[in-house]
Amino acid sequence: MHDKTLTELAAALAAGEFSSRELTESLLARIDRLDGELNSFITVTADAALEAADRADRARAAGKAGPLTGLPLALKDIFCTQGVRTSCGSRMLDNFVSPYDATVVEKLAAAGTVSLGKTNMDEFAMGSSNENSHYGPVKNPWDLAAVPGGSSGGSAAAVAAGLVPAALGTDTGGSIRQPAAFCGITGLKPTYGRVSRYGMVAYASSLDQGGPMARTAEDCALLLGAIAGHDLRDSTSVARGVPDYREELEASLSGLKIGLPREYFGDGLAPEVEAAVREAIAVYESLGASVREVSLPHTELAIPAYYVIAPAEASSNLSRYDGVRFGHRCENPTDLVDLYKRSRAEGFGEEVKRRILIGTHTLSEGFFDAYYKKAQQVRRLIRQDFLDAFEDVDVLMGPASPTPAFDLGAKKDPVSMYLQDIYTIAINLAGIPGLSVPAGFVDGRPVGLQILGPHFAESRLLNVAHRFQQATDWHRRQPAFGKENA
Amino acid sequence: MQWEAVIGLEVHVQLATQSKIFSGASTAFGAEPNTQACAVDLGLPGVLPVLNEGAVAMAVRFGLGINAEIPETSVFDRKNYFYPDLPKGYQTSQMYQPIVGPGEVEITLDDGSTKRIRVHHAHLEEDAGKSLHEDFHGMTGIDLNRAGTPLLEIVSEPDLRSAREAAAYLKAIHAIVTYLGISDGNMAEGSMRCDVNVSVRPKGQETLGTRAEIKNVNSFRFVEKAIAFEIERQVELIEDGGTVVQETRLYDPEADETRSMRTKEEANDYRYFPCPDLLPVVLDQAYVDHLRETLPELPADKRARFQDELGLSAYDASVLASSRAMAEYFETVRDVCGDAKLAANWVQVELAGRLNKEGLDIADSPVTAEQLGGLVARVKDETINGKAAKQVFAALWDGEGDSADAIIEARGLKQVTDTGAIEAMIDQVIADSPVQVAQYREAAPEKRGKMIGYFVGQVMKASRGTANPQQVNALLKDKLDNA
Amino acid sequence: MALEPEDVRRAAHLARLGLDDREAARYVDDLSRILEMVDRLQAVDTEGVAPLAHPLDATQRLRADEVTESDQRERFQRCAPAVENGLYLVPRVVE
Repeated sequence: MHDKTLTELAAALAAGEFSSRELTESLLARIDRLDGELNSFITVTADAALEAADRADRARAAGKAGPLTGLPLALKDIFCTQGVRTSCGSRMLDNFVSPYDATVVEKLAAAGTVSLGKTNMDEFAMGSSNENSHYGPVKNPWDLAAVPGGSSGGSAAAVAAGLVPAALGTDTGGSIRQPAAFCGITGLKPTYGRVSRYGMVAYASSLDQGGPMARTAEDCALLLGAIAGHDLRDSTSVARGVPDYREELEASLSGLKIGLPREYFGDGLAPEVEAAVREAIAVYESLGASVREVSLPHTELAIPAYYVIAPAEASSNLSRYDGVRFGHRCENPTDLVDLYKRSRAEGFGEEVKRRILIGTHTLSEGFFDAYYKKAQQVRRLIRQDFLDAFEDVDVLMGPASPTPAFDLGAKKDPVSMYLQDIYTIAINLAGIPGLSVPAGFVDGRPVGLQILGPHFAESRLLNVAHRFQQATDWHRRQPAFGKENA
Repeated sequence: MQWEAVIGLEVHVQLATQSKIFSGASTAFGAEPNTQACAVDLGLPGVLPVLNEGAVAMAVRFGLGINAEIPETSVFDRKNYFYPDLPKGYQTSQMYQPIVGPGEVEITLDDGSTKRIRVHHAHLEEDAGKSLHEDFHGMTGIDLNRAGTPLLEIVSEPDLRSAREAAAYLKAIHAIVTYLGISDGNMAEGSMRCDVNVSVRPKGQETLGTRAEIKNVNSFRFVEKAIAFEIERQVELIEDGGTVVQETRLYDPEADETRSMRTKEEANDYRYFPCPDLLPVVLDQAYVDHLRETLPELPADKRARFQDELGLSAYDASVLASSRAMAEYFETVRDVCGDAKLAANWVQVELAGRLNKEGLDIADSPVTAEQLGGLVARVKDETINGKAAKQVFAALWDGEGDSADAIIEARGLKQVTDTGAIEAMIDQVIADSPVQVAQYREAAPEKRGKMIGYFVGQVMKASRGTANPQQVNALLKDKLDNA
Repeated sequence: MALEPEDVRRAAHLARLGLDDREAARYVDDLSRILEMVDRLQAVDTEGVAPLAHPLDATQRLRADEVTESDQRERFQRCAPAVENGLYLVPRVVE
């Protein structure tokens, strides 16, 4: 059962091949057997999962099953889950049992899905390797010496290892697409505002967006339909109807205009990754698409702009962790300042502190205009690059990451880690949707093709990815890790 | 040397919404601690703000009420600092693009003249919670019920020149917000709080002196006293060769002085930046026009109408228009009795005097406006005389009757204007007072005016106060002089 | 813009982050390199470009002024480190 896609599992459940309880038990056993090594889950909610599975089976028996009823999935531990620890990968929230559910968690529960637990992540979603978790690093199922990417590394690894058919991730600068690429799965970052952020622990509010991670674009379409939509509790969510994202999956790609951003194929891109991406683009040409080069001239400014805007928002968003109402509190504080300083020093890890310090510094008096205001101006230029490009082409394609997954512990310098996100970060600044699909391997480690579209073009992106997956089988490959007799 | 004070006020007005500015929690006063602090107010991980239309409408109504510019777009910013009663570690406020632009407020000075005070802007923000310092084993308790209550901060230009003017300005703001119904204006419950900036300079000098900020002054009286103290302190300081330090001070009402707040470690750096969880607030013209059309008559207009249409003096008009409750009370009295001057007189003298004596607000008056109107009507149509009217008022105050008419009837206070009846009483008094009559008649005519008072008193006593005093006077004079 | 140790100490204090000397020294180093990377922004001509705070040009939706929340103090305080009589406790605040 563990190698089936969400769509296949839905069909099997509908056909009565097995029950949701049987499926859930089988996956829980697999998690039990394999996750000790992988470390993709922070919390496994076995009892609640079995209860939900039973409810789903009863609903099905009563003829009340929907398209997602009884389907197992996992949630990045950034989504608040009532009665279940929501740690955000941080010691700060190690003891935080959320008193409420995130909007997407409510929606998935209402759709009858079965959550198996909360997946590992870089602390407060800050990282590109999942090495910044209080709960230890996650390993890449394709190569246990490699990172799974981050920050949604646990979700990506769990799906790749067949512990769960799909998971939710969040993406602030590439945190869905890069781990999806590193782990050989399909991950979609929707348009900013498409999926409610209510109950999703904030890192950088103007960039954060939740989205689906699964084996196929078809599965992402199914899941996106369940979590997208306007939420009255999130002012930045968009009041716009949610289409059935599966409807356009089969549309022909004949006449599709693909743009290849020149800046995404320059220095720093590993030649083997470039080769895999170009091969994928050739597949598109064979499907009737035309390809042309375009330019996104402000690309190299995306990382500098991001490392002003995201830390600035984070420094403010993370001020609420003060040891007063929830979260870690130091022992025996001598006074108020001591309570704050020690609780936060003990509760936050190194990368989180680094970003809080940058954000605090760049927002402070005398620096605001030079950093924050400047970065916001550059942000407009970056968005304009995309708007201009989409005047001429339907989608943009390129690598999701300049290299395949790197080794655990390989990147010790923060700046070189930040530069990993060169192809993903601008997308969050522009707020457009982006998706990564498996497109080959380099030395046994997956390569991801990134597909970008205009605001709210999710249906088109999923269609473009789906047609590719009908023509290729990269997404069908499975790692040796976890195979019964491996 | 002649000194001039330069004063500006920042008035925080708690808006009278049902729910908080960014959450659906109640704003009701006096609930058990933290029972009205919802997930959003507590700043739980993952929660997000959604702006309350009621707060926006109230802010715009205030802006329209002071003829301010209402910008099409306003933006919320975060003011970052740590304090235990500030759950998110930032206050959501409006730093750069406030909801209300420049406007002006008219204040009335002691001599009845008016002065226009410019308002720099007014912005929306959320209130913080409360720290309770009672003993919790040496700890401080935090109640976040108030956190997220909408505040309108009204920032004046430094146009005020004296403590009296500042108090008048605060009263004018109070009148406007209560007229508009956007705040209960209850200063005791903290619905209006104010920070005062004070500096002094030699009269005629253009440049401003160094200012001190007095934080959190919570009554009209204290604002006046705190400023008066602060002006004197600064003038003395400078005259003694010292210099004023820019600092924050607190007013201590018991000692009647301002004191420097021990400088808190370092100057704050609030790191304002646009709140990424809220989008720009864009008000379309139709919305603003609708709010403009539903604006009630405001104090300045009412004052003008009381003078122009009702013929009241500038002083009377300004006192009666000073609060919505007072103005409404007066207008009801006038409607019932049909005489503005008589109504003004009764409200300001008899009613206000008694309220003042008992320390009551007009809203808590035991005599309703309808009752007082009924009483004044009987004065106007001369059913009762002034003396009886006071008795009726006292009875109404003590709840000894539902209406003036009922009390007049029950106590037989109807004025006696029947000449025959009065003459009978006069004849009796004259017959009973032969000595006084003899003295009167022997007295020189210019002395008789005073002496007649005795007879008037006797007749009034005989009538139990109901005889018409003018009639008694005239008839007595006739009988005594011409007998 | 060069970063001084004092800048890090100041930021750490504003952010209420306790740092020991060793950490502070490392962050001076890290932050300097990050800011050096960020400083590439300074070379861009942004004259006349309006800052972009949100990726979509959307405007704020307003909610009706209605009370929709009820008392959940007990539930919310279950995850609180120190409460008494319904109040959150902190070391005494000196006014």
